[in-house]
Amino acid sequence: MALDAAAVGERVQAFLAEHDPARMDRLDFLRARFDAGLAWVHFPEGLGGLGASRDLQAVVERGLRHTPDNAPGRIGIGLGMAAPTILAFGTEEQRKRFLRPLWTGEEVWCQLFSEPGAGSDLATLATRAVREGDEWVVDGQKVWTSSAHHARWAILVARTDPDVPKHRGLTYFVCDMEAPGVEVRPLRQITGEAEFNEVFLTGVRLPDALRLGEVGDGWRVAQTTLMNERVAIGGAPMRRTMIGIVSDTWRSRPELRTHSLHQRLLKLWVDAEVMRLTAVRLREQLAAGHPGPEGSAAKLAFARLHQELSGLEVEMLREDGLAYDDWTFRRPETVDFMGREAGYRYLRAKGNSIEGGTSEILRNIIAERVLGLPAEPRADKDVAWKDLPR
Amino acid sequence: MSEPASLLYSEVEEELRSAVRGLLADKCPPSAVLARAEAASGGDVPYDMDLWKTLARDIGVAGLLVPESLGGAGASAREAAVVMEELGRAVAPVPFLSSAVLATRALLGAGEEAGDLLERLASGETTAALAVSFAASPYVPLYLSLRPAVTLGRDGTLTGRVTGVVGAEVADVLVVPAVDESAQEGGEPVLCVVEAAHARVKGVGSLDLTRPIATVSFAGAPARRAGTSAGVRDALLLAAGLLASEQLGVAEWCLTTTVSYVKERKQFARPVGSFQAIKHRLADLWLELVGARAAARNAAALLGAGADAGVAVAVAQAYCGTAAVHAAEECVQLHGGIGMTWEHPAHLYLKRAKADEIALGTPGDHREALTWLADLPAPES
Ligand SMILES: Cc1cc2nc3c(=O)[nH]c(=O)nc-3n(C[C@H](O)[C@H](O)[C@H](O)COP(=O)(O)OP(=O)(O)OC[C@H]3O[C@@H](n4cnc5c(N)ncnc54)[C@H](O)[C@@H]3O)c2cc1C
Repeated sequence: MALDAAAVGERVQAFLAEHDPARMDRLDFLRARFDAGLAWVHFPEGLGGLGASRDLQAVVERGLRHTPDNAPGRIGIGLGMAAPTILAFGTEEQRKRFLRPLWTGEEVWCQLFSEPGAGSDLATLATRAVREGDEWVVDGQKVWTSSAHHARWAILVARTDPDVPKHRGLTYFVCDMEAPGVEVRPLRQITGEAEFNEVFLTGVRLPDALRLGEVGDGWRVAQTTLMNERVAIGGAPMRRTMIGIVSDTWRSRPELRTHSLHQRLLKLWVDAEVMRLTAVRLREQLAAGHPGPEGSAAKLAFARLHQELSGLEVEMLREDGLAYDDWTFRRPETVDFMGREAGYRYLRAKGNSIEGGTSEILRNIIAERVLGLPAEPRADKDVAWKDLPR
Repeated sequence: MSEPASLLYSEVEEELRSAVRGLLADKCPPSAVLARAEAASGGDVPYDMDLWKTLARDIGVAGLLVPESLGGAGASAREAAVVMEELGRAVAPVPFLSSAVLATRALLGAGEEAGDLLERLASGETTAALAVSFAASPYVPLYLSLRPAVTLGRDGTLTGRVTGVVGAEVADVLVVPAVDESAQEGGEPVLCVVEAAHARVKGVGSLDLTRPIATVSFAGAPARRAGTSAGVRDALLLAAGLLASEQLGVAEWCLTTTVSYVKERKQFARPVGSFQAIKHRLADLWLELVGARAAARNAAALLGAGADAGVAVAVAQAYCGTAAVHAAEECVQLHGGIGMTWEHPAHLYLKRAKADEIALGTPGDHREALTWLADLPAPES
């Protein structure tokens, strides 16, 4: 029998009665919260959850809103992508080993998928993993790797069989970012900072126990990661929203208002409200156990809206929009789309239609998987990866 | 912005949908609607009153919004919205919106005098129309939108003319907001009921062949006072909110029909639906419809819960009105030449979508209402 809101609320109260965040170390508090099943209630018991419906997480967040959080901006890739993949494909040992420190933020995760030669066409990736006894030896180069500079672990897709068509020769691993042969170099972004990196893998030895899923099944495992990534970017409820930021400025600074901006703001306000309602409906569907295809829609809509709003914000600010707060080549602690000033938000938003699958690729996915339109003619389907034209 | 009841469809709503959809599939296929549109283009009335009787009485849609104490189903805007979706999907020529929503809601706000008429409306025995322009916006005060006004004389008869009325050709009674001559200057209009036989209803050549407009005139027509016109604004707001669901239905038909067509139609030795330019346009349209459904459901849920639905209706209308027009325009374009023909039903949806965009406030009117509803003030000058 699944728990209802009242039962979850009681667990939260019982937990708070025994754990006073004011008298406890932050990390101890978070570990205890995980052990009480209040980390992510839809996960199984023993793995930070209660096996409850996903929407009941809101009850927990409300009840614990004045307690220390796990700094989700720092560990977004772990929470949004690595965790659901480990849950779906990991062995019991892997789940036990990785999920708790992932959730508490003790161990940061990054995603070693994209490569210089493989972005949208991820399945064409060239990083090789060769088996040697009980180990895999990994060689290759990854790129655009957000948070690699903080990461303890990575989710990694590598080619284990070049003699079969590209989708079939891939295997999914957990990569130890402290292993010899892993080198992380910052890549400076248009914002001035370096949130992402290039990662060189040279003779990196990973025990077979770090393999996630079957050998050759990496593409299927990666799909789970990518689908969760889109929901994480587009569907998550946010504390601070772009429309909230722009509307607040509009209300507090009457001298910036013009009729043409007003018309555009009203339209974007409607779009933002519709996007919010779409996400509410999406979460309701997930909770009711029939996830619709609205997940990829959410990410596409989010990118477009976020870019339009952040563009409007800079323009609206006029002289203040000419300023930029900080071009320092920094390596930020967190990924925060809403952070800093208008100029930063405008530039960072450009990544929203590229990261986690470009908007063009998402439209392909909707057209083919939702609407059932015919796929583009493809030259690479039945050709061994090693024989593909390069 | 508190979260309303679910934005999903309940089981009861799905049952109602399948009853309505089943009946429409049988009695109201595109070929039948095309034949009625053809007749309407020659000046006939397009409404299918046999279909309406079945819908109204057997399925009970006429009484959805009427309380059980008055013989209705005591359902809410949520159920009415599902009916609107299905009627939109079929561009069904029936007076549901004009009688069971607009006239009924206006009477529900009038007072007890309207009770017996509401009972007859709920049973489907009588059909009514609200004598207010279909282009009226819920944001304009009633006394301003009633120009030229109809007046209720001291002798109890009505005089005046209302343009742009929908559903009047098939109404047995007209529900008329009128300026009461015996009341003081600037007072709220009263709500009167007039037998259709005492009014003159003249159809006007209309963009939407399946829901044409008419001019209704009264020249000393005997009228009965039904109470205050306080319910008229609520009727316009409710109808605007429910219209979003009709627009959703219209848009869905257009998308589904277009997707199946581009899968079949081949040019350059491939289905035209395999070209990325077309796939991306349809993906964008689908995305717009996902949003339209969330917005329309939200308006229906809040209207149904009797909560303050002002923002929800404005958002739904601002969004769905445009979405339906976009869907219908894409439908015509992506059908190529056949989409331009009188034989293909696409034009029925285009005309309905474009007329719906104007009905009950344009998307721009609804966006501008958010100036005060969402506290997004306009510039001072
Ligand atoms: C801020 C940011 C953070 C990122 N973080 C990570 C990370 O942590 N880990 C990671 O692995 N990756 C990360 N990425 C990489 C990201 O997933 C890729 O950049 C993305 O998948 C696109 O690949 P690409 O850059 O090689 O572009 P390409 O695939 O070369 O695309 C170039 C252009 O062609 C278009 N295009 C490509 N194929 C098609 C097609 N079939 N039809 C139509 N148009 C097409 C694309 O939409 C794009 O506009 C990040 C990217 C950004 C911007």
